[in-house]
Amino acid sequence: MDLRDLYQDIILDHGRSPRNFRALATPSHFAHGHNPLCGDKVTVFLRLDGDRIVDVSFEGKGCAISTASASLMTEVVLNKTLAEAEALFGHFHGAVTGGGGDLPVALAEEGERLQPLTGVKAYPTRVKCATLAWHTLEAAVKGGGLPVPVKTE
Amino acid sequence: MTLLLEDRAAIRPDGAAFDPVAVRRQFPIFGRNPGLTFLDTAASAQKPRAVIDGMAEFYRTDYANVHRGVYGLSARSTARFEAARETVARFLNAADASEIVFVRGATEGINLVAQSWGPAFLRPGDQVVVSELEHHSNIVPWQMLRQRLGIELVVAPIGADGALDLVAFQGLLGPRTRLVAMTHLANVTGHVVAVEAVVRLAHAQGAVVLLDGCQAVPRLPVDVRALDCDFYVFSGHKCYGPTGIGVLYAKRALLDAMPPWQGGGDMIRTVSFAETTYQDAPQRFEAGTPDIAGAVGLALALDFMDGLSRAAIRDHEAALTRYAEALLTEIPGVSLVAAGGSRLGALSFLVDGIHPHDLATIFDQHDVAVRAGHHCAQPLMDRLDLPATARASFGVYSTEADVERLAEAIRAAQKLFGVAAR
Repeated sequence: MDLRDLYQDIILDHGRSPRNFRALATPSHFAHGHNPLCGDKVTVFLRLDGDRIVDVSFEGKGCAISTASASLMTEVVLNKTLAEAEALFGHFHGAVTGGGGDLPVALAEEGERLQPLTGVKAYPTRVKCATLAWHTLEAAVKGGGLPVPVKTE
Repeated sequence: MTLLLEDRAAIRPDGAAFDPVAVRRQFPIFGRNPGLTFLDTAASAQKPRAVIDGMAEFYRTDYANVHRGVYGLSARSTARFEAARETVARFLNAADASEIVFVRGATEGINLVAQSWGPAFLRPGDQVVVSELEHHSNIVPWQMLRQRLGIELVVAPIGADGALDLVAFQGLLGPRTRLVAMTHLANVTGHVVAVEAVVRLAHAQGAVVLLDGCQAVPRLPVDVRALDCDFYVFSGHKCYGPTGIGVLYAKRALLDAMPPWQGGGDMIRTVSFAETTYQDAPQRFEAGTPDIAGAVGLALALDFMDGLSRAAIRDHEAALTRYAEALLTEIPGVSLVAAGGSRLGALSFLVDGIHPHDLATIFDQHDVAVRAGHHCAQPLMDRLDLPATARASFGVYSTEADVERLAEAIRAAQKLFGVAAR
């Protein structure tokens, strides 16, 4: 396999210049994610309005794959409902572990945006890099709710 | 390099120079993987034919359980097992083979000391001193003991050059210091620790000293009596032997004073439901059927190292390390981790703009095997403020060509990531 299939330009670009790379001033949910194998750390911040993600960001230190994955994730889940975000995660997780779930037509464009990351499936030791931010997002939704919005800065 | 050890084998008996290419031919893995550039010996060393074939031969000809059978085969197996203990004792220059306890590895050796010596000799408030350079295996057993006994864990800092700060270390020692547990050669940075000074300063306070020799034994002549350490541990698999076998050396008087840590067969003298009496050391610490073939394989590995001359191995590792430092640091954007101090056989490095994990994946495409991550030393990573490093480490089979392929792989990674030479 050619390394260029893993390190596509879009990955290198998002790895170098991640989007939404900041803390939210008033998140409704957040969670810390850690991959003890490589030391990658990520914090995902969310602001939910009902079940819609109205703001999302992340901070952390990681490799190009994990940083690009977190960056692309924040782009595709913004303004999505939690159910849509979950569907995207399910689809993405399947795509990088070799399963590959179907995606509703309405999310096809977002699924396409995540496609460059799926090259990671040829590198089993790196799959966790690509899924760290998504697992952290899931943890934020499930257990990272804040009683009242807090200032983190 | 500061070594107070006597170089008994500075010159090979046959007078030949150390030839890593010839040594490499004794390692079948390189025949089966001809393109492999293996730079992860610090994690585990490859095995020479003498060990692989010698263990198989032992199973074919002399194997039975030890210390029990009356029959000749068991006697032969026992003789090989106990001869392995003698080999280890000679290798470390221990005073007697009874000071050698076979364990699964350095990790188990440290846990044995923590769980047997610890409760027998430590009281609440007593202090165990470790350093910031330690592998998790020389941190966690002491934390578990802290939980159990209420002792204190004191951490000796490294200086700006990445080496142990001996002045600070001395300042931490006091009447409550009971044990100093420290690495002989740091697995992340490759720094050789001034353990002679550590032992001297600790003994002056009446503390005993445990040295973790996992990375030192494969690279340095180690003489436990010259070092005067009280405990010394190492793993067989890092010095060209099999996995699953390791060594705890302890001064005999200490072993005699330590209670058993695991109960079972082989470690007892008599057993009744009312009372059990225990064997003397070292059998007292070897409950159950030991890793017999592992001990035999370890002895073969140590003989293999002695055959090459340990001083020659050290010089080879030092020369390769100097070569790697020179070749890597001349690449723009590459820096060594903890750049000061004296390294032997291992070095961690960073490449600007490329995470170590990405580096390792790219290197793998060039069939260059390095370690990327925290190297089981998360506290040191925190101290250095690094999430991870890439580490290259060498063995007797490593060549200058391996180092050159590593440098090429770094340049290729820089090109791929668009961070090539400024």
